[in-house]
Amino acid sequence: MATPLESPITFSNVGKARWWQSGLFASQTGYVLLALAVLFVVMNFASPYFFTQGNMQNVAKNFSFIAIATLGVTLVIIIGGIDLSVGSMMCFSAMITSMVMTQLSTPGAPGAEWFVHLADDGKTVIANLPGLILLISVLAGLGVALIVGLVNGFCIAVLGLSPFVTTLGMLSIVRGLGYVVSNGRGSFPGGPDADYFYALTSGVVFGMPAPFIYLVVLAVAMAVVLHHTGFGRHVFAIGGNEKAAALTGIPVVRVKIEVYVICALAAGLQGIIVSGWLGSAPANMATSYELNVIAAAVIGGANLAGGIGGPLGAIVGCMLLEVIRNGLVLAQVNSYWQQALVGVIIIAAVLVDRVRSRMA
Amino acid sequence: MVTSQAAGQPALDKSALNQPVLELKGIGKEFGAIRALHDVDLRVAPGEVVGLMGDNGAGKSTLVKIIAGNFPPSHGEIRFDGRTVHFARPIDARAVGIEVVYQDLALADNLTAAANVFLGRELKRKFGPFALLDHKAMAARALELFGELRSETRPHDLVRQMSGGQRQAVAIARTRLSNAKLVMMDEPTAAISVRQVEQVLGLIHRLKEQGVAVMLISHRMPDVFAVCDRVVVMRRGEKRADKAIGDTSPEEVTSLITGAKEAA
Repeated sequence: MATPLESPITFSNVGKARWWQSGLFASQTGYVLLALAVLFVVMNFASPYFFTQGNMQNVAKNFSFIAIATLGVTLVIIIGGIDLSVGSMMCFSAMITSMVMTQLSTPGAPGAEWFVHLADDGKTVIANLPGLILLISVLAGLGVALIVGLVNGFCIAVLGLSPFVTTLGMLSIVRGLGYVVSNGRGSFPGGPDADYFYALTSGVVFGMPAPFIYLVVLAVAMAVVLHHTGFGRHVFAIGGNEKAAALTGIPVVRVKIEVYVICALAAGLQGIIVSGWLGSAPANMATSYELNVIAAAVIGGANLAGGIGGPLGAIVGCMLLEVIRNGLVLAQVNSYWQQALVGVIIIAAVLVDRVRSRMA
Repeated sequence: MVTSQAAGQPALDKSALNQPVLELKGIGKEFGAIRALHDVDLRVAPGEVVGLMGDNGAGKSTLVKIIAGNFPPSHGEIRFDGRTVHFARPIDARAVGIEVVYQDLALADNLTAAANVFLGRELKRKFGPFALLDHKAMAARALELFGELRSETRPHDLVRQMSGGQRQAVAIARTRLSNAKLVMMDEPTAAISVRQVEQVLGLIHRLKEQGVAVMLISHRMPDVFAVCDRVVVMRRGEKRADKAIGDTSPEEVTSLITGAKEAA
């Protein structure tokens, strides 16, 4: 039988959700954004230095130093996983990048003759092709991140190991490898391309710190991918109901591996950027950063049960942590309070969301 | 990639009814020393609703899983649409037009109704080198499907906020999307309210009206007798009865299921 609709379907008992009951306004991200706005206002009255250009730049730069990694971890959390290896990954990628850069810039070192030669004075090192060393060393840093991400993804998606245990192990493995390759010593990005490296990682573009610009570009890209591509749809579906995703023919294993690879790459890139700002890649760099990164993601609304989260939340979470840190310093509060306060905020953010969804 | 399909279906002619959409011949399945299925024959015609009943361990789910392509039969032949078919994976069965609505519905709670209907078969539009989701087209098509099923389900609502009946509508709309010829439903009326059971039985009627064959796996006698044309009773891996619903009674089916009556 053809089914011409006798009448349009009417919903006698179902109202339209009000604008504040849906979308951003009904999400934890929305509440935390509101809290952040309140905090900005409070800080404005609490300290005359807060809204100065210098301080704002400082805040933007500081939260950019964990926010790119937070984007990656947020993606992993959306598929219902976790990545504890991001802190070690940041360090290892940074270390490989600066070691490769130094190696390729040292005349006489194996392979270096392809990239540099000595000037006539016998001391000054000149790049054969400016920028090439930088490119190769950054690719090397990201390359090791790619491998770590693949291993994480393989263990979790193919072998079925728990993400927590796998990445906890990887935290230790990658940190250990970092000590092995560096012998525990820090390494410094050096050579003729070092200036480009510092300009790209800790420079200022259009009055904004370069890392902040990378963050915005990556966050926008992530938002588009999550909400407007098949891959993004599948990421949410796997987080919501992995079994259902598999039954509908979504390539669950491939998507999961890709997500862990993206997360590791984000962490690697983050580490490289941070090392540019520090001017070196010490072997204990970014130790326990994974906790800050996961805290920021969770505060921003990523749900550890999977299926919920986004780049805006990741940024808002990082920003809140940084504004509080910055605020406590400006308010001359003992900085040891910061850590305790961060813990309170994590629990409060999740609690508010729980109370809200009970009431709805 | 999804062919658009008119809301109306051509009326079924009698010859189409004689040609079964699904035909099983001598299907058997052994798991090691255990004989889960033995010599099962079954024919399902287009637009026919067949109730598959039996106690736990009677072989219902083994039979369903064989038809759905989860694993191959040890013996026997499956014919679908007049051709012999071999399924290596569930996706092969889906490709010829067999859909399963799972008991737990296989929906992602955190996505909208439309997103769930199109899960794994999203409609996309090209933007230069990128293929982006076509949200509008998917919502419109989902609304159309819910309309066909006469379900009060809105494409943009999250599945998390839906009633059991609406969830069933989403799961069934998914099968309509692919123009399935056979839909197998595993306990669709378990654990939902009385009013929602009515809705689900209505959905099965809609499928039937559109010429889709339905296999209803259920323990609920009233539901089977309300919507099915035929009832098939399994016991200990064998088909014990295959009767038109008018020729049997709930009492007889019960005694066939329990083994009080050997065969009919």
